[in-house]
Amino acid sequence: MKSLIDIIDLTPQEIDQMIETACDIIDNPKKYSEKCKGKKLATLFFEPSTRTRLSFEAAMYELGGNVIGFSEANSSSAAKGESVADTAKTISCYADIIAMRHPKEGAPFVASKNASIPVINAGDGGHNHPTQTLADLLTIYREKGGFNNLTIGFCGDLKFGRTVHSLINAMARYSGIKVVLISPEELKVPSYVKKNVLKANDIPYIQTTNLEEVMPQLDVLYMTRVQRERFFNEEDYLRLKDSYILDLPKLANAKEDLCIMHPLPRVNEISVAVDDDPRACYFKQVLNGKYMRMALILKLLEEAEK
Amino acid sequence: MNVDSIMNGIVIDHITAGLAFRLYNLLDLDKLDCPVAIIKNVNSRKMGKKDIIKIDSEIPINFDVVGFVDPNATINVIKDGVLVDKHSIGMPQKLTNVIKCKNPRCITSVEQEIEHVFVLTDKQEKVYRCLYCETKADI
Repeated sequence: MKSLIDIIDLTPQEIDQMIETACDIIDNPKKYSEKCKGKKLATLFFEPSTRTRLSFEAAMYELGGNVIGFSEANSSSAAKGESVADTAKTISCYADIIAMRHPKEGAPFVASKNASIPVINAGDGGHNHPTQTLADLLTIYREKGGFNNLTIGFCGDLKFGRTVHSLINAMARYSGIKVVLISPEELKVPSYVKKNVLKANDIPYIQTTNLEEVMPQLDVLYMTRVQRERFFNEEDYLRLKDSYILDLPKLANAKEDLCIMHPLPRVNEISVAVDDDPRACYFKQVLNGKYMRMALILKLLEEAEK
Repeated sequence: MNVDSIMNGIVIDHITAGLAFRLYNLLDLDKLDCPVAIIKNVNSRKMGKKDIIKIDSEIPINFDVVGFVDPNATINVIKDGVLVDKHSIGMPQKLTNVIKCKNPRCITSVEQEIEHVFVLTDKQEKVYRCLYCETKADI
């Protein structure tokens, strides 16, 4: 059973096909409005997430399907101590596809090994969040016209930021990519990402703490939030949370066609004044996320039927 | 120092000096009731110093554990005082239920029934990562 646990479960060709489907959905929404009629998506959200859960639900409704599920662990049988494996087996009897968010890393993988229906990882702790990466990829594709020969800057929490690691992994498979890593010393990209992804794919990269200095080089700027929930120590969080705040003066030297992205939610790392700048793409990213989730649901249900 | 030769059993040889105790623990040799000898810092022409473990019984040995702790170790099977089999190990691709993931955010930290699986991701650097959360194993 094909599931999506990590972005590298998808080949670049599969991602290209899904982008093609997503673009077709954008152009011809009616064509897809009954594609999932009679199908049920189970959204198993063991931790709260407004955006991702609603995006999955909206995606399934726009495909003509239905949604069942829960939005926090307390309202599920996990509160009674049920294992992820048993939950996955049980839900397989009710639904056609699962979207699972879980605070424990690897939980959706365990579910995929026990479910008889496809499982989509909708975020597992600080580990993977592949559908966010799909949203990011569609945004880059639509804003920049493709993936090759881009200089992408990642800024903020590059240590715990799972969306950053996933997007670096996905982009590493395209040619002519350059990566600029902008973070405080304490939140640098882990060395294994640099070794296993960037160096292994001969991708040139630079590390810096100065955002303004590298701004003119960037085609894409991927901002991230310093996430309170990833810290065991509140003091460290408070010290690092305001490391980078993107505002209009900082964008003075940026390219005119820079694409500013953020996986959201933001706290204060992008000034609200930037929202009206045509280079701000983070709300388009949210919309693109829904289209890519639609394309993904279609793909996995089609493959499950084969 | 003399340690008697064994007639029927296992000799784990060419263990990097200092690793014998870790191997002893991970192989659960403390649970055996037959004689087991750990010989530390034996002079070796090839290795300078090495450790040896001798087990005076024909017990099944988990090769993956030996390969994980020391891929250069060899396992010798002795029958009637004669060496009948010699295995070079190398690093196993996968380790199941040998070590536990230390990441408190890993699903294995809360669900007792899940197997603890580590996968070799970097042979050169001898890096094993948890199959579920990709946390690096402590070697």
